[in-house]
Amino acid sequence: MAIRRGRGVAAINYPTGMNLGGDPTQALVHSTPTGNFMVTLSSVDLGQGMKQIMAQICAETIGVPTDRVIVDTADTDTGPHCMGTFASRGTHRAGNAVIQAAREARQVMLEVAAEELEVNASDLETDGQGNILVKGAPQKSISIFDVALSAHFKRGRSISGRGMFLIPRSYPEKETGAMKPSTCYAHACTVAEVEVDDETGEVTVLSVKNVFEIGRALNPKMVEQQLVGGSWMGISHALYETTEPYYPNRDHGGTDFNQYLMPGPGDLAETEIIVLERPSADGPFGAKGPGEMCANPQIPAVANAVFDAVGVRIDTLPITPERILRALKALAAG
Amino acid sequence: MELRKDYFADVRKDGLNEIGQPRPRLDSPGHVTGQTAYFADRNFPGMLHLKMVRSPHHHARIRSVDTSEAEKHPGVVRVLTAKDVPHNVYTILILIQIGPEDETVLADGKVRWKGEAVVAVLAETERAAQEAAAKVKVDYEVLPAVFDMEEALKPGAPIVNEYHGRNYYLYDSGDCRKVRFGDVEAGFAEADHILEQTYQSSPIEHAPTETTGCIVAPEGNDRFACYTNTQAMFFTLDNASIILQMPGSKLHFVGGTVGGGFGGKVDVIVEPIAILAAKLTGRPVSFIYSREEEMQISSPRAAEKVVIKDGVMKDGRIVARKVTGYTDAGAYSRHSPYGAQKGAAHYPGPYTIPNVWIDTYCVYTNRTPSSAMRGFGVTIGDFALEVQMDKLARLIAMDPLEFRFINAYRDGDMKAHRQLTEGAALIECMQEASRAANWPVADKYMAMSSYRKGA
Repeated sequence: MAIRRGRGVAAINYPTGMNLGGDPTQALVHSTPTGNFMVTLSSVDLGQGMKQIMAQICAETIGVPTDRVIVDTADTDTGPHCMGTFASRGTHRAGNAVIQAAREARQVMLEVAAEELEVNASDLETDGQGNILVKGAPQKSISIFDVALSAHFKRGRSISGRGMFLIPRSYPEKETGAMKPSTCYAHACTVAEVEVDDETGEVTVLSVKNVFEIGRALNPKMVEQQLVGGSWMGISHALYETTEPYYPNRDHGGTDFNQYLMPGPGDLAETEIIVLERPSADGPFGAKGPGEMCANPQIPAVANAVFDAVGVRIDTLPITPERILRALKALAAG
Repeated sequence: MELRKDYFADVRKDGLNEIGQPRPRLDSPGHVTGQTAYFADRNFPGMLHLKMVRSPHHHARIRSVDTSEAEKHPGVVRVLTAKDVPHNVYTILILIQIGPEDETVLADGKVRWKGEAVVAVLAETERAAQEAAAKVKVDYEVLPAVFDMEEALKPGAPIVNEYHGRNYYLYDSGDCRKVRFGDVEAGFAEADHILEQTYQSSPIEHAPTETTGCIVAPEGNDRFACYTNTQAMFFTLDNASIILQMPGSKLHFVGGTVGGGFGGKVDVIVEPIAILAAKLTGRPVSFIYSREEEMQISSPRAAEKVVIKDGVMKDGRIVARKVTGYTDAGAYSRHSPYGAQKGAAHYPGPYTIPNVWIDTYCVYTNRTPSSAMRGFGVTIGDFALEVQMDKLARLIAMDPLEFRFINAYRDGDMKAHRQLTEGAALIECMQEASRAANWPVADKYMAMSSYRKGA
């Protein structure tokens, strides 16, 4: 009887969004009289940080700091259409819609600035700090604050824009299954290292090394929180979680967190996250959707590591101590 | 976290002002200090509480429903049954023309899973609603139930859902969603080794911090505001409009800040009945799942069964892959036909295989309806595929990581669902994993690129 160590690898891809329903998302952007920008959506922030990401996308596109942008999500009286936040589509679909809306608003903003500065709009650029400058002559400038005041109180312009992202619905071909369910894919490779106690069947995940290719890390800190959380969820799925451990038997359904097992802080693996960025052609600033993908590769990597450690295959999730012990017993019996 | 900027630097524009910057989240101080407002933080004068009477049986005919004692219970304002719901039989994906409508808002004549909503009780307090719900008498004739997908697919199995008339979803392509690419039998005939394995999973729970729910308030102008934690505002509004036979203009949905969803909040379950309750009583209504309901009643991730048969050559090339996937939808469709279909396009994995044959089935059983969850239609498939890859590598005595390099898809490769691969990056992820995990692979693999074959 011993504690045995093993290592396993898994590599996966994941579709960003789905086109099998033709799910569209729209966005509106407008400026307040003092040159702040409001993004209006019906997309939902599930805690993953959608509002912050949409603010950064809008800010980059218009050319202002992120804290000049407010994001209003999910009021159907004010927000334009969105099918919802699911299928790794939030940042990709809504982000594209926000870029389109913000570009239109920026164009109006530059036109108003051009009238104030008596130059052509095409000769203007933003400095990212809240000012509009004449290219090559930065001493000739106007603040976005003043541009907004001019638009609203003097020139009767609405600094606003409309955006939408729609990929036409893909209908699978009946006989061949030819379809275009998604336009871009995120990628991952995980190496898990485990210890398995062959007396108790208990698995300890020592480390996971996760490499994620996500198109573009729009906000690296938020990417990190998403990827670390997802990695934990993958490990939890591999080793702990089930509503019915003897599926399809209906007994033992959990009713609270005392009866539904998930790893606690003491069970956390050493988690290393490495991010690669191959921008997608149709993503906002190249971003793909890493939110779901990041919870998948740990599951087979852990399963493969368990085999590497003790020589048994557990092909039914979750990989419980009971299943490992039964498999070890069967292995010993030959 | 480490951002490895050396990969793909030639196709990326860095140095932007806001994009790529690790800005702190503007909403996180509110979240961590408890000041962020969630839907349940709203309280309206005169608000009623809704509690469901739920089926104690997996499958039963309803002979009669007697609500008279519940209606007399102190604090009870109204009791709702199937006949109060204008369009009681619905299905969420009808919005994208995926039918038939197969689920009831409140059970009518039959229950098909343990926990199914039968009667809604509205009372002045949660406690009164709970006590009154216990007084509703439902006379059931228990029917044979089926919980196992294989059993459900056998001839003569109890029919779970009469709206389908069979225990699986009928696609336009037939009993399953199919993918056919190359000639899989020719591939197996050519292969040095063939390996067929079966993988299974059980349901899991989303376990969001905030349970599912909504609060509906009449706005005084024949409109109803629904404060909800749905993940899909217009999905829910449009479905509520159909179920309630109310123009969408009468509905005002407010949400946007949700305490965790993971796919568990894309079903349209609580909002229509709560709006109906507010309409019929003229009072605000709160319908919020207890933790027990969240765990027992809300849709889990589907249990899946995946059978994979691969033909592989001694040199590591996979030449044929046949996958049959089964998704346990439970008693009703919800999003499952869509999830099973998503799996069909995914099952070859991120690998280039010349001969592929895929069937994915969406199966009905007398279990809690399953629905979307993080990795919907794909998570269990990835588990099965990547364990299978490990077995194949060991079968031909090859390093599991090197084996994946041989088969990894790259730009320009044709996928089984007949889309050219673009933007691939699996090779680079594996190269970086090789370095990070100190798991060396041969130089020729470290020299590969996703950009093109032969590079």
